Amino acid sequence: MVDTAERQAPPTGPRTGAGVRPGRRKEAIAGYVFLSPWLLGLFGITLLPMLYSLYLSFTDYDLLQDPEWVGAENYVRMFTDDPRFWNSVGTTLLFAVTSVPLKLAVALGVALLLYRNRRGVGLYRSLYYVPSLLGGSVAIAIVWQTLFGGQGAINGLLAVFGITGRAWINDPAFALGTLVILAAWQFGAPMVIFLAGLKQIPAEMFEAAALDGAGRFTQFWHVTLPLLSPVLFFNVVLETIAGFQGFTAAFVISGGTGGPADSTLLYTVYLYLRGFGDFQMGYASAMAWVFLIALGIITAFVFRSGSLWVHYADEGDR
Amino acid sequence: MATTTAVAPVGVSPAAPGPAGQKGRWYEGATAHVVLIAILLVALYPIVYMIGTSFKAPDEILNNFNVLPREFSPGNYPLGWVGIPDITFGTFFLNSAVIAIGVVVGNVVACSLAAFAFARLKFPLRGFWFAIMIGTLLLPHHVLIVPQYVLFNSLEWIDTPLPMIVPKFLATEAFFVFLMVQFMRGIPRSLDEAAEIDGCGPYRRFFFVVLPLTKPALVTTAVFSFIWTWNDFFTQLVYLNRTPHFTVPIGLRLFLDSSGQNAIAPMFAMSVLSLVPVFLFFLVFQRLIVDGINTSGIKG
Repeated sequence: MVDTAERQAPPTGPRTGAGVRPGRRKEAIAGYVFLSPWLLGLFGITLLPMLYSLYLSFTDYDLLQDPEWVGAENYVRMFTDDPRFWNSVGTTLLFAVTSVPLKLAVALGVALLLYRNRRGVGLYRSLYYVPSLLGGSVAIAIVWQTLFGGQGAINGLLAVFGITGRAWINDPAFALGTLVILAAWQFGAPMVIFLAGLKQIPAEMFEAAALDGAGRFTQFWHVTLPLLSPVLFFNVVLETIAGFQGFTAAFVISGGTGGPADSTLLYTVYLYLRGFGDFQMGYASAMAWVFLIALGIITAFVFRSGSLWVHYADEGDR
Repeated sequence: MATTTAVAPVGVSPAAPGPAGQKGRWYEGATAHVVLIAILLVALYPIVYMIGTSFKAPDEILNNFNVLPREFSPGNYPLGWVGIPDITFGTFFLNSAVIAIGVVVGNVVACSLAAFAFARLKFPLRGFWFAIMIGTLLLPHHVLIVPQYVLFNSLEWIDTPLPMIVPKFLATEAFFVFLMVQFMRGIPRSLDEAAEIDGCGPYRRFFFVVLPLTKPALVTTAVFSFIWTWNDFFTQLVYLNRTPHFTVPIGLRLFLDSSGQNAIAPMFAMSVLSLVPVFLFFLVFQRLIVDGINTSGIKG
């Protein structure tokens, strides 16, 4: 969608020019010279390995013995005879469906507050961004494990209010919740994008709405939100893709198990455990392909839904 | 993806005076700032807590929930540094640095080459390759980890930095290729046309005209390459098996698994240290990082 103008131009361009500019051939060769590392990477590191993993997904392979062809067995087993697989699907969906809206709601809320109060915006913006910068690291996962542990600071804080906490990360009912909070805590990056989008909304829009007697909430629903919807859409796409691929926190906090009781066994964690814990490379490859197709469908679905609620201003370039 | 387009100008409004029509009464502004500061305290609490705890004495950890230590114990740092038998965190830092620098160089070199071809040269199938490049942008790397592991295993690259570095020299980080293409398209074409008339071929145009003007995108690429690689866990977890080859995140994880409750403070000390390079980068390149998100949708 980005390249439309550029893509249309060169191939349909007048071929007659070829004879006029002798530099053309030279340029075409140079094009492939510049592109050669990328092409090598595309085939060697991306496409051929992808095909190989498709093949592996129909085999039994433990790295030591040659892959043994088993047909669709991995897929059949996955769908019909592996409760942990379905559990990981459910966990991942639950994680994405809760963490993405929560994170975006906080991001939008803070962006609106910041937008109305220009003083100190730069400083706030940078400081709010810090959790996004550090949040994916092992260090923060370790901090989270301590914060939400049985004797962690969260319980210390709750005790002040007379609430007896629990070992949140060790409780199957709450462990995933701590991961959702960790994800939402990193609201800084989408917030910065929202803020940039808000700045693009012409002030006259609000003036006109205010003259028509629209209150704050009416303005938000009928002016801000529609005009911001392309940016919201962009954030939804980015965060959804990221939400399905979370790994580090779930893995580190659960001690590399996806526990307690598989409650934080995200799809990626389960894939890792099958592939690099049990060295079932065939099964892990099958999981990878299912993941790829599922993500493709979900992304397509998000893009599809976009046409229903994303409002593009008629600026001529759409 | 629709990065710049997403925040493209929806009508020009120079110096818009806020969401006008309603000049906020003073107490509204004050309330907003109170709320903003409250959110800020919550947002920064875990980080401040981490730093504070790294200076607490062991017996304080579980009964002092204040951010500040009662008794300032910097000794956690040397303790943590040698907290894993037979190895120091110095080794982990060195391993991380080697990988991060390799990735930075690889991304800057390889992605700029590919981007120049896409942005500035005409050659057959350009649109086709470009579409494929955009497609790989959305490819989750978990999908490729198994076959790539098999590949690098057969090359005997496991337990070396090579699986992390070499692919970057082949411009596999499509995101940065895309970023640079977008940037290079903004450079006036008249500049390289002038150079062309002066007899510069594509190679000289790349080195002497386009590359110097692409510097902001190259810096952005370098900064984000460093931060992402430094924080990366998944790839390093897969490819590094033996302790002497571990990087900082993998070393921290080992620390977590191998130590009991009374090692929390030293472990926090090492956690703080592990984030120092990222934080320094943030301080130096703050504007670039935060604005980079605006213009290209880079996530943290």
